[in-house]
Amino acid sequence: MNLVFDWAWLPQLGRGLVLTVELTAACMALGALGGLVLALLRVYARGWLSPLYALASAYVHLFRGTPLLVQLMIVHFGLPNVGIVFTPFVSGLVAMALNTAAYQAEYFRGAIQSVKAGQMMAARSVGLTRLQAIRHVIIPQALRLVIPPWSNELIYMLKYSSIVYMVGAADLMGVGRTIAAKNFRFLELFLVVAAIYLAVVLLLTLTMRWVEKRLRVPGLGTSGRGA
Amino acid sequence: MPLLRVEDLHKRYGTEEVLRGVSLTVVKGETKVVIGPSGTGKSTLLRCINRLTEPDRGRVWLGDTEVTGKGTNLNRIRSQIGFVFQDFNLFTHLTALDNVRLGPLRVKGLGKKEATERAMAELARVGLADKAGAYPAELSGGQQQRVSIARALAMDPQLILFDEPTSALDPELIGEVLGVMVKLAEEGMTMIVVTHEMGFARSVADEIVFMERGVIVEQGSPEKMFRSPEVARTGDFLRKISELYGDAA
Ligand SMILES: Nc1ncnc2c1ncn2[C@@H]1O[C@H](COP(=O)(O)OP(=O)(O)OP(=O)(O)O)[C@@H](O)[C@H]1O
Ligand SMILES: [Mg+2]
Repeated sequence: MNLVFDWAWLPQLGRGLVLTVELTAACMALGALGGLVLALLRVYARGWLSPLYALASAYVHLFRGTPLLVQLMIVHFGLPNVGIVFTPFVSGLVAMALNTAAYQAEYFRGAIQSVKAGQMMAARSVGLTRLQAIRHVIIPQALRLVIPPWSNELIYMLKYSSIVYMVGAADLMGVGRTIAAKNFRFLELFLVVAAIYLAVVLLLTLTMRWVEKRLRVPGLGTSGRGA
Repeated sequence: MPLLRVEDLHKRYGTEEVLRGVSLTVVKGETKVVIGPSGTGKSTLLRCINRLTEPDRGRVWLGDTEVTGKGTNLNRIRSQIGFVFQDFNLFTHLTALDNVRLGPLRVKGLGKKEATERAMAELARVGLADKAGAYPAELSGGQQQRVSIARALAMDPQLILFDEPTSALDPELIGEVLGVMVKLAEEGMTMIVVTHEMGFARSVADEIVFMERGVIVEQGSPEKMFRSPEVARTGDFLRKISELYGDAA
């Protein structure tokens, strides 16, 4: 076996990595925003707001119940049929953000529901409105509780973003594949690409662990139990 | 005019009628102790008073404001009725200071400096000024309950409702919480206290209310309730509870 490595690949792969990171960061941010709203609707929208509860639930089921790849294909190759055309990057971002919002909604919902019922009651007993209680008491606790599953989702989306090469985006995977297709060094290039993904995943894992530690409050969440 | 009037409160959970027409009045400065067997509706009664639980029927007035009225600003009313829970329910993610300060900041709309001063004063009042920076999990049960009393006090309430404030505490921590409550009673705070602490009831209560299965069976001064209750069950219950929790004398 004769493996060949060319340093000249790295700058190109680096540009691909930048796009991968941008895509992941943007979809996670949008997904967090959307996911939080969806989760709040799923937990709190009752009475005259219950149509919103139903909508949010339908959304979550729809986007968790279908493959991300199919969603991406619909956005990039399907929507042009009705006159909506996105660049590969935007298509990837739209599909990934819509998808991760549904997953993040479930993580946020779990976190919100694991905040003890007495917290809401105590907040209301002081005279806080429901919205104030959610904002100042429930969400700050839920955000800390959601860090571990959210970190997993972040890493998952980073890796899963590699499917955007299929709509022609020049992400890390796409760049690797393009170079390989020219020089037929498939094994080497995909090994390098894999190593870069792995390095970023490790970096993110450590970063999120640090974030969790920084925000840790005694008595809140698994890590603080028994403190 | 009484500070609090409760008229014919009814509450049903499913087929179980938990409150079956409870009426009582509390005058300013009074300490009313509510006793009764488990599952009798004592907690439900307290929660119906500030509508943390919505009563099915009946009325509640705080001063001349009808708490149960349609257009009532419930959040405003609640801010005037302190509530102390059996299991404290301090906000887990906030320090003692922030727990006490949240209401003054967000409900009363005080500025940060003023709210902080207010909160520190109330923490000092319950003897915990030195614990301002501690999170609830870093405090003992007794300290947590004192912080939760400070949280209620910081709203400058007209009335405080205590729902078994010492029942979740280890025996050696009960005294420090009762101590704070005795001091409040002496300072003229109006309070309704659900408790099994007969020593407290006997020495601090202006009136003891005995509840059973959703109704008030008997009420009266501690003197009358302990010495010569009119209803036999009152006497039975007081004897049993005094044996269980000590302080028979
Ligand atoms: N949210 C609820 N949903 C259904 N049933 C409830 C609810 N809250 C209370 N109950 C029921 O109502 C009854 C009275 O409960 P409540 O907590 O008011 O009694 P209590 O006198 O405070 O008892 P304890 O001394 O055990 O605290 C109980 O049978 C209880 O199971
Ligand atoms: Mg109770």
